[in-house]
Order: sequence, then C-alpha cells, then structure tokens
Amino acid sequence: MSGGVDSSTVAALLARQGRSVIGLTMQLWNQRRLPELVPEGGATGRCCSLDDVYDARRVAEQIGIPYYVVNFEEQFEERVVAPFVEEYLAGRTPIPCTLCNNYIKFDRFLEMADAVGAHHIATGHYARVRQRDGRYQLLRAVDPSKDQTYFLFGLTQQQLARTLFPLGEMTKTEVRALARSFDLAVAAKSDSQEICFVPNGDYAGFLSAWLRERGERVPSAAGPIVNSAGRTLGAHAGVHHFTVGQRRGLGIAAGEPLYVIRTDPESQQVVVGGQHELLRSQLAATEVNWISIASPSQPVRAQVKIRNKHAAAAAWIEASAEGRVEVNFDEPQRAITPGQAAVFYQEDLVLGGGWIE
Amino acid sequence: MRHVYFDHNATTPVAPQVLEAVVSCLGQTYGNASSIHYFGQAAKQRLEAARRQLAALIHANATEVVFTAGGTESDNMALLGMARTARPVSGRRHVITTAIEHPAVLAACAQLEREGVAVTRLPVGAAGVIDPGDLRTALRPETALVSVMHANNETGVIQPVEEIARITREAGVPFHADGVQALGKLPVDVKALGVDFYSMSAHKLYAPKGVGALYIRKGVRFSPLLFGGHHERDRRPGTENVPGIVGFGAAAELASQSADDLPQMASFRQKLEQAVLDRIPGTGVNGAGSPRVPNTTNIYFNGIDGEALVIALDLRGFAVSTGSACSSGAVTPSHVLTAMGLPPERARASIRFSLGLSNTAEQVDALAEALEESVAHLRRISVHA
Repeated sequence: MSGGVDSSTVAALLARQGRSVIGLTMQLWNQRRLPELVPEGGATGRCCSLDDVYDARRVAEQIGIPYYVVNFEEQFEERVVAPFVEEYLAGRTPIPCTLCNNYIKFDRFLEMADAVGAHHIATGHYARVRQRDGRYQLLRAVDPSKDQTYFLFGLTQQQLARTLFPLGEMTKTEVRALARSFDLAVAAKSDSQEICFVPNGDYAGFLSAWLRERGERVPSAAGPIVNSAGRTLGAHAGVHHFTVGQRRGLGIAAGEPLYVIRTDPESQQVVVGGQHELLRSQLAATEVNWISIASPSQPVRAQVKIRNKHAAAAAWIEASAEGRVEVNFDEPQRAITPGQAAVFYQEDLVLGGGWIE
Repeated sequence: MRHVYFDHNATTPVAPQVLEAVVSCLGQTYGNASSIHYFGQAAKQRLEAARRQLAALIHANATEVVFTAGGTESDNMALLGMARTARPVSGRRHVITTAIEHPAVLAACAQLEREGVAVTRLPVGAAGVIDPGDLRTALRPETALVSVMHANNETGVIQPVEEIARITREAGVPFHADGVQALGKLPVDVKALGVDFYSMSAHKLYAPKGVGALYIRKGVRFSPLLFGGHHERDRRPGTENVPGIVGFGAAAELASQSADDLPQMASFRQKLEQAVLDRIPGTGVNGAGSPRVPNTTNIYFNGIDGEALVIALDLRGFAVSTGSACSSGAVTPSHVLTAMGLPPERARASIRFSLGLSNTAEQVDALAEALEESVAHLRRISVHA
C-alpha cells in the first residue's frame, strides 16, 4: 500500500470481497537523506513520504484491516539504487522500477507475506495473470495507457503464482470511480512519478549527491560532443547527463536538429547526429526471462517494446546464447537505448524480455 | 481476537486509580494553578500534592521536582540546559554520555555537538554496562555534564549509577541520569544514588502520556530552555498540565505500593526466558548476566527477521517490540545491541518483551507458545528464501 489510489483501491476491493487482507507499506527510501536535492517548497512524486504512509494507514483504518510499515531500505539501496547509479555511470539508461519489482516488490515483499502467513500478495499494478498450458502467463492490462507489464517481465512462475493484480481488468477511470464509491480519501490523489527516489526527475543531481554521501568523488566525465564523423562540436559535463535520443541540453547550434546517438564512458564522448542516425533495426538483449512460455528453440515472431512508451514493433527474436537473444525489427526503430528493457509481446501476452546491451 | 500487551517499556495502560484522579481533576479542578482565586488555589493544591507524591517516591524534596511534558523534554532540559549554564560561566564545553542512551539523550547530544560542544560516548561491554574506569578517563577539566541512563529501555540492563555519581562528585561535574525506564521498576532514591538530575516519564508508570518530570538537586545551577511565566520556580514556564500531573502523582503513590509485585513480575520474566530458551533452539537473552529491571527481557532468535516476528506475533494477538518504538517503522539495527557487540544480523533478530503489572502467568505461557510456533514458521520459510 503506497498510499496512492491504485493500491488503496486494491486493498479496499479485496477486503470488500471478504478476503482476509493485511496492509503493508514498504519503506524503501529515507526521505531525510540527501536533503540538498529537495528544492524549497518540496519535491514532487517522491516515494515513501510521511504523507504517503499517513494516507495508506488511513485507508487501512477505514477498511478495517491490520496495517504495518515494513522497512526494506537496505535491500532497496543494494538491489535498486546502487545498480541505478552504476548503470548511469556506465553510460546506460537504467530502469530501477524493474529491479525493484524483481528484487523487492515480488521477492522481499513475498517473503514478508510468507512471514505473516499470507497466501498471496496483491498490488496496484496494471497487468493481468492467467493460468494456461500449465503455466502462469502475464498479460497486458486492459487499459493500454496504464499497462505496466514492461516493468514486470522479470517475474518468475513462483512469483506470478502468488500475485494478484486486481486492477489489470480495469481502466484508471474505473479505478478512481471505484475508489470514490469506497469513499477513499485518496480517490483524487495524483499519480506518482516513475523514478520515485529521484526528486523532480533530476537524476544527474541525484547521482552526484548519492556519491558524495558515500564519500566518493563524482567521476569527472566531462568530454567532447562529437558527430559520427568524429568532428568535435562542443563540450559536455559528463556522459551521465545524456541518454540516447535526447535533443535538449546539448548547447550546440546546428542547421538540423541534433540528437544523442550514443554515449561512450570510456572515451567520455557524446556522439550526436541527425534524426536518421538514431534508427537501428537490431538489438541484443541479455538476462532474458521467458515469463509466459518455455524458452523457445526456434526464432519467435513478436512485437517488441524498447521503452515503456514505445509502441511495440514487429520483430523476429532469436536466441544467440544462454540467456541472450537478438532482436531483428521489420522496420528500423528510433533510439534503442542500452540499459532499457526489450519486452516481447504476442498481442496481449508477455512472452518475456531482457536488458538491451 | 484477544490482544495481550507485552510492550510496557513503550508505554503502560493508565491504572484505574490514576484514571479516577485525572478525570476528577479534568471535571472539577479546572482552575489555572497560577490564579489567585478559589479555582486556582484548588488546582495549585492538587499540583503540589502530586509533586509531594512523586518526590516521596524518589526520596527528594518536593521543591526539587520540576514537571515537564515528558521524558524527552526532561532529558533535553538537563542536557541543553546544563550545557547552556556551564559554558558562559566556566567555558565548559564537553559532555560525556554513553553509546546506549535513548534518542532523547543521544539526539540532544548531537545537537550540542552542532553547537560546538565536544561529546564523548562511553562504550559498553557485551554485558551492556559501562566501565566506570572509562568514565574516569573521559573526564576533562571542561566537562560540563555526565549523562548516563539508569536502566536501558531495550535490554533493561541497569548502570552502576551510584558508582558513577561518586566519580562525578569527586570531579565536581554534574550528573544526569535518565530514569525513565527505572522508575517504578526499581527502588529509586535520588539521594542514595547521588544524582544531580533525574529524568522521569509518567506514561511508563501507568499514568497518562504528555507528562514528565526532572529532578534537579537543590543547589545545582541550571538554565531553563523555555521562557515565559514563573511556573515551576522559573525552571519550566507554561500553564501546568494539572490533570496529567495529578495522574503522575497518583501513579507515584501506587508505585510505592506495587513494589511488592515486582518479584512476581521478575518470576514471570524468568518463566518466559526459560520457556524460550528450553523450547526454541538458537535463542539467547541479550544482557542476561547483568543486573536488570524485573520486567524487561531482550531475546535473540537466530535467523529471524525481528520486524517480521513482531508482525507475526501481533497478528496472533501479542504486542511486543523490536526495541524502541519508531513511528515510521525504520530499522537500522538497534544501536544498543550493536554497542553491546551483537553482529547486525543478531541485533535484527532480537525482540524486546516488557511485562507490566497486569500480565498473568497464563499470558506468559500463551506468548511462549505463540513464539515457538511463529519462530518455527519463520525459520521454515527463510529456508526457501
């Protein structure tokens, strides 16, 4: 129970259905940390704030269920935040939400469910699970604008077997209406941001502050901005400020709009180019998890999403080595970004996914 | 489900006699104790009667008892007040405390540090007790105050307060003892203990929350923290919380009577420890070999996440705690257990049980049984994790 409308509605819904429900809030991040990142007047969209815990506790009280705050800050730091920083420094664009799902929300949290004797965990994620052909399968949510399966491709059969996603069949509008019908005070609360522990989306500022807190120097990653022919066009303050496809913040006046094509932490180069240079037809993905089907021995036809807001594009997926696949798109795709996930779909079914190299 | 309370170090239920005293005061003796008229005088009388009741419990003069809004305020008042008194007079800019104090002392010391006062935190051994020799070594000519708790809130371990007082008296340094967890669980005689300041809290003594007291030995120079009226002999301004204070007084009187019940409480604690140690392998009592208040035991259950055990027990109807109550549910391993040399995983696997006057032998048996089942369950699932 994050204190938001989605998980609150799930709790209320299950309690109304007469299930025996225990409310848990995961304390993942200490809001007193890195105060320098919080602008005057407060930051927006932060997780685990005292206000959110207050809201969750209120909902639990209102629907009459036991409620506890459990502290997973240490695991979150180790499994989500530290890798997040590492990935950025390595020139990739990480997705902490997927790591959080894999290692915290559907792992540590499931252990806590075991500890309190709960058979299932229920969350406010927009996704669906069904049983078919002796497996648990993950399916897209009915509401395409809210579908969160892109972040859930790493779940295992055991995790899916014990997970309830009651909101997968509903639209956000229906969820809010349901919350209002339950008279939940959070019914009109605004949606949270994606990277909950980074205030105001300033991840470069977060990186510096987090490293300073650990007594580590922020790597001086200043370097040149070059074009694909190797000509220097300008300078930048660090490759971790840039992500593939980014247009703003380059500080270069050029005839045609310039985009970041790739970053190279080794040479500290940011390579820029025109829109057309962002197009690629192929990607390699590692740590592939086939979530809904057995690991295929033949090439698979699928629609592949390369970032959360990407419209999945038709491709062939072929295993190249253990846990690795090559994805060949029918049409070139814009800004394939290392560190993001490639998630494979067949219509609503989530076949699996992996991390883009 | 029936809920049974084993968390009396967090707070206690208000005793029926105390409740009666508070309610009668709320309804009838509503005057402002500073007012000249009949109503004010009636309130003042009850206020001073309560002061005498509490003074009698700790063998102090009534004039040495200052009522506050709780233990945290009393601790802050002693530490910040003393540092403020000492500095301009003699340039004393050093405070000695211990690593195992309550946050009300440790955080106040951290604030003093930010204000330029040096702070020494004495270590404790595995037994949870400071070595008075360490105190001798730590004393400096500029030491303004020594602050050592009487009994620890997490383990119940008692510090050698008399011996510490002898050392500080020799050195001419004022001595504050945080007595919040000792009052009502031990005979407290501030004269015999030799303390200059002694913090107390009403809600640990079957009285309401929001009331505390600080004993300030007659003759000790002291600067107040708050400014306003002339209440509490200029040491703590603000209209007195007369109903709460009256409750504190009633509780103090009860405490001197209920001292006879303490041996039974100790026997229940013994029963609980024995049952756990006999029936659950991989357990032990933290601070077992040291003198402890009779109601507290802190037990580790190897391989268990203490937070999970607290929740599992709560769902079975038993209220216990991982240590000091924390509103946000944050858990860094207990600073007390860590200071006693427990590795983090054992500190995290430790649970505090604190008994009260109303706990029964049957409740202790039921708790031991619930513990046995819950610990077995948690150990079973952590094999899969």
